[in-house]
Amino acid sequence: MQNETDKDIAPKSLHSDPLSWVEKYADYLYGFAMSRLRDEDVAKDMVQDTFLAGLQRVDRFEGNSEEKTWLTAILKNKIADFYRKRSSNGLRDLKLTDAEGEQQDFFDTESGHWNEKYRPQAFGLEVDNPLMIKELGSILNECLAKLPGLWFSVFSMKHMDDLSSELICTELKLTAANFWVIMHRTKLNLRACLQKNWN
Amino acid sequence: MTSALRSIIYNCKQATFLIEKRIAGKITAAETLQLHIHLAGCSVCKIYQQQSILINRVFVGFENTDFKLDEAFKKTLTEKIEKEINKN
Repeated sequence: MQNETDKDIAPKSLHSDPLSWVEKYADYLYGFAMSRLRDEDVAKDMVQDTFLAGLQRVDRFEGNSEEKTWLTAILKNKIADFYRKRSSNGLRDLKLTDAEGEQQDFFDTESGHWNEKYRPQAFGLEVDNPLMIKELGSILNECLAKLPGLWFSVFSMKHMDDLSSELICTELKLTAANFWVIMHRTKLNLRACLQKNWN
Repeated sequence: MTSALRSIIYNCKQATFLIEKRIAGKITAAETLQLHIHLAGCSVCKIYQQQSILINRVFVGFENTDFKLDEAFKKTLTEKIEKEINKN
């Protein structure tokens, strides 16, 4: 970041006014980052990095696209980098230990039956009640925060960005088999976490 | 009963795997049938499937607009941008 900040910026001929960015786009970009990252501190960092990166390139912004679209594209790239980085931090060998560190045996090794402790039970919530869904959403975010980085990246890229599994495998250097093991494990973990914390 | 068939009917690990694969991708016709047979007799995996779909719905239905930056952070951000601009 530091070495990039010395480049020339020529504010006079710009198609964009960086001084208005925060007021116009900060909340939007933050919401976008939160939807992909579910972590306030990381999302704040991303917004800041996006503005600073935008400043470095603002002289090349031709005004052909909307400023907002342009800044969002920068943010998307930063999020993609973040996913890749998080995914390569350890856990690459996919021992598939659970999110909280302990090995969770969801199923009996022999029979493949649910083990008593992890057997799904009805949440007892009204799925049409927006308040309940919202509350479930905040518990889900806490559960997501406990996932290994690679799992979260896979899950978010699949569902928030609606990317194909092939593309995600290429991006994160996964085999198709590993991809599906991760998708399965992630959901088992999230579901168990919700059951544990929802009452 | 063949072991293959037994694993289809009784194996919740395999069934939940297929549930996930079906939700987020594709499964074969044979797998669809296997899963159908399993779910017909396994109420626990049926609950799992409902909750799995609900989790996706809640995850994707995240409201961006519920999140706003606090004013202090915005002020710092503005100052940083001004500082960068004034460097030149």
